[in-house]
Amino acid sequence: MMNFIDALMQYEFLQKALLTSMMVGIICGVIGCFIILRGMALMGDAISHAVLPGVALSYMLGINFFVGAVFTGILTAIGIGYISQNSRIKNDVSIGIMFTAAFASGIILITLMKSSTDLYHILFGNVLAVRPTEMWSTLFIGIFVLVSIFIFYKELLVSSFDSTMAAAYGLPTKLIHYFLMALLTLVTVASLQTVGIILVVAMLITPASTAYLLTDRLWVMIYLSAGIGVLSSILGLYFSYTYNLASGATIVLAATVLFILAFLFSPKQGLIWRTIKNAKKREMHSHSKTGLEE
Amino acid sequence: MTTALSVSKLFVSYNGNEALKDINFTIDEGKLVGIIGPNGAGKSTLLKVLLNLVNKDAGSVEILGKSIKEMKTRVAYVPQRSNIDWDFPITVMDTVLIGTYPKLGIFRRPKKEHKSLAMECLEKVGMTQFHNRQIGELSGGQQQRVFLARALAQKPDLYFLDEPFVGVDVTSEEMIVSILKELRNKGKTVVVVHHDLSKAKDYFNELILINKELIEHGIVEKVFQPEILNKAYTNQFTPIILEDVIL
Repeated sequence: MMNFIDALMQYEFLQKALLTSMMVGIICGVIGCFIILRGMALMGDAISHAVLPGVALSYMLGINFFVGAVFTGILTAIGIGYISQNSRIKNDVSIGIMFTAAFASGIILITLMKSSTDLYHILFGNVLAVRPTEMWSTLFIGIFVLVSIFIFYKELLVSSFDSTMAAAYGLPTKLIHYFLMALLTLVTVASLQTVGIILVVAMLITPASTAYLLTDRLWVMIYLSAGIGVLSSILGLYFSYTYNLASGATIVLAATVLFILAFLFSPKQGLIWRTIKNAKKREMHSHSKTGLEE
Repeated sequence: MTTALSVSKLFVSYNGNEALKDINFTIDEGKLVGIIGPNGAGKSTLLKVLLNLVNKDAGSVEILGKSIKEMKTRVAYVPQRSNIDWDFPITVMDTVLIGTYPKLGIFRRPKKEHKSLAMECLEKVGMTQFHNRQIGELSGGQQQRVFLARALAQKPDLYFLDEPFVGVDVTSEEMIVSILKELRNKGKTVVVVHHDLSKAKDYFNELILINKELIEHGIVEKVFQPEILNKAYTNQFTPIILEDVIL
């Protein structure tokens, strides 16, 4: 542990890595709450994969890769919605068809660029090599995402909880859906360096699910989820640096361990307390039964 | 008397199948109206048209003489219990507070006055002591009362309720009915999609009987005739059972 702190004081690249992954922990944690409450975990996975061709195209055209990523991300989201609304194909199947197609196109585009190391880093992340420009763009995306969610908190709450009422009083629920998809693509791109495309879905849903097991209030869940995301990033980066492991993998596994702890020990939802409570109830009833027999 | 709701020449279809055919009726202000009909008759579809959630093929719907779009914040909707995610991290109080959102618009947040309004509405449905509970911890009847409180907090002119008595205990049902009657007496218009014929007579002033088409609309005594009900329910009940229900 001391080694890690010493290194952190000493090496600028490690400081940048830590800051970037903490920011990613926050924004993934916040947006992840809405993803899981709207039952869109699979959609989150799909959109994060669909970013790949956009990133590749942006490289080729020499433009900022947020532009390309948002473009292919939203295009895929629209395609998914269009197929499931205009045929008998179910939504999950439509998601499967569209995101694999987008991802496959991305692989071909990147192969055309003849740069397999880039592909590896985009897929799996390499936070220790994060550049200052990437750190800054993560910060700006983070601020944009957090401000958007702060401003539209009420609308996101009601459209996630009761979309029929939201639509009835005039909220543009479809627009809100695609806006959320756009935020999701931004968050995915911001997370590329840290956890990579393949594992970003874990940062979206695991800390949010952990928080979901710990509270009954949405705003508490959002703060908790952000906090858990940050904690996962710090722990993950520590193990990544100390044992020379891929940062994306260690961060995700740290988040998973925190989830398992909540799953077992959450005061209200945890497996352990539930089992104890059920056992107590059963014991009580078995006593009262023998009492009757006497 | 002013017309609260008027529907004329309404046609709706899903994928080429007609769900509602040539529906015409008007409801006056200050009425408690039940929409009844067999399963698949298009009752919920009709309600969704009235809320502007389903595209119609033809016809018009007017609320207090204006288009639905202009009036959407003057209408409150109580959804079917089965359409709500009861595990959502939200308390009873915050659920009722959502009722104040339509009038707040996008940038304003609920303040003290809105919170005290929400509390008053919870008091009306007898749920004050549960205000801090997560909504999934309540019984079916209590949940329905919370959603009625949310509708009250909207302070609308019209109330639309979709099957509000399904899975609801007797006490809650009586309480909800008495609140709806009180709203009617204050001049509000209440429209309820309802499936239980046995209670329909006691609850409503008027009934709208549909089975894809409008079979009959009028005061309860007029609609609640065996030969009229038979027209809508031919495939579901034998006439003998229907008579049992009516008597």
